[in-house]
Amino acid sequence: MKRRPLATWLLYFVTLIGFGYLFVPLITIAVFTFNKPKGRFNTAWQSFTLDNWRHAFQQSDYLTAFGKSIQVALIACTIATILGGLMALAISRYKMRGGPALDLLLVLPLTTPEIVMGASLFTLFFNQSVRRGFWTIVIAHTLFCVSFVALTVKARLRGLDWSLEDAAADLGSPPLRTFRKITFPMIVPGISAAFMLSLALSIDDYIITSFVAGNTSTFPREVFDSSKITIPPQVHVIATLTMLIAVVTIVATTLAGLRREARLKG
Amino acid sequence: MARDNATNDIGRRHGRNLPYLLVLPGIVFLFVFFVVPLITLFKISLSTKPDRLRPEYDFTWDWGNFSAAFTDFGSQLVRAFVYAAIATVLCALIAYPVAYFIAFKAGRYRNVLLGLVMLPFFTSFLLRTIAWQSLLADAGPVLSTAKALKLGGLLEALQITQNGRLINTQLAVIGGLTYNFLPFMLLPIYVSLEKIDVRLVDAAADLYSPFGRTFRRVVLPLSMPGVFAGTLLTFIPATGDFINAELLGNPISRRVIGNAVRIQFLNQNDYPAAAAISFVLMAIITGLVAVYAKFLGTEDLA
Repeated sequence: MKRRPLATWLLYFVTLIGFGYLFVPLITIAVFTFNKPKGRFNTAWQSFTLDNWRHAFQQSDYLTAFGKSIQVALIACTIATILGGLMALAISRYKMRGGPALDLLLVLPLTTPEIVMGASLFTLFFNQSVRRGFWTIVIAHTLFCVSFVALTVKARLRGLDWSLEDAAADLGSPPLRTFRKITFPMIVPGISAAFMLSLALSIDDYIITSFVAGNTSTFPREVFDSSKITIPPQVHVIATLTMLIAVVTIVATTLAGLRREARLKG
Repeated sequence: MARDNATNDIGRRHGRNLPYLLVLPGIVFLFVFFVVPLITLFKISLSTKPDRLRPEYDFTWDWGNFSAAFTDFGSQLVRAFVYAAIATVLCALIAYPVAYFIAFKAGRYRNVLLGLVMLPFFTSFLLRTIAWQSLLADAGPVLSTAKALKLGGLLEALQITQNGRLINTQLAVIGGLTYNFLPFMLLPIYVSLEKIDVRLVDAAADLYSPFGRTFRRVVLPLSMPGVFAGTLLTFIPATGDFINAELLGNPISRRVIGNAVRIQFLNQNDYPAAAAISFVLMAIITGLVAVYAKFLGTEDLA
């Protein structure tokens, strides 16, 4: 433990670099919300202004697209969480036949490149003459979130003590109350974490969406497809706002978790 | 996977069919929207397109699309895999120490640091890549700092810059990929490091194992599942990515396989060609993953 100051310093150094690497672009986005761009691209620093925050919601195309992204994400992730959560519960809770095949079916969508998944959905919708738009985006997002939710929840459920359910039953609790009082509280942290992360995945997706969106524009589509023509500072404002909301949510849930723990102990 | 007898008993008590009912909706969904489309895509890859200007095609068992995928798009394929491979290695080299720090050195700040690692997920990744455009631009902060420190010549000699530019280089594309997938490498490594029983490391130290050897013989092998999962989560999407190439690259580095698929599909309407390229990409990835899994010997992904 004493004889490795060099390795320790190296570890600290790389950690610092790593966090710097992760954060420099985020800070850049926040800084550029205060930029007064010359021309249509908010990518070179000119001078300080508060105008972008004052007129944060002026670029209505981006705002509409952002609203669409949220709608898609909420619907797709709710469906994905139900489907994936049930699958994870069944796999980790019960012994069933075809388990390995089911695992494979769940892993494959994650090991398929997005571009291939997008292309294959495109051909399906093209062959069936389905008009591409809002609902095809919802289906595509549900698809890549289902596996993600199922595998995350499965990993979280692995260490749980299912005999608690037995104990409740032995003490005369009817099945529904056991589910409400024991099973549900046990699985909820894993499921809500998976839901949150799949929301982030869905809101951010460009590649699959570009194949199935038709004329419907989501936020990433709006940003990327017009990035050759314009990048207005309001885009930076929206991105900074989502980051702030995320920080507040993370802090709030952490605090709530701590309080719950304290209550359980006390 | 170990399931104890108690679990079996409960399974029986709840009725045999319950677990199958629980997985049924998910399986149906995955079948209709994942398996069927892949089969459709495969069928299209074996079709011919009678009219260049119309998107319709006929199913003819035409394997020519596959050989054309290699001859016409070989360089795009190689470029995409080289970029993805370099980015994956860089990700692992950065992510491992950071994950190690969070797991073993961060103490009570562990969860805060983990939250910080996840923070990039909550802004648009396009915007983050555009932020790199600003940072690496000709008059951007990175190059002007280098100029002020008179490092311009050194950067050029090391081929970090090309003709005095950072943006629109291959390095910028690789750097962008590394940046984008860093959290996907970091989180699984952290999860597997966190599971390691610290007493094993202490025991090794008590038996006079130097830290380097303890790390090689105890910590690294135990964290391999995380490295494995992280590598897959980084390498696979990185090979198909075209956003970084498009926003940070030059006309040559922009020609990666993801872009080829997109252009064939959405601009050229040549579905058979695009389908064949997609399948070649997927086949190579599956092959690499199988070999890699064999070498690392982990079957647990999650």
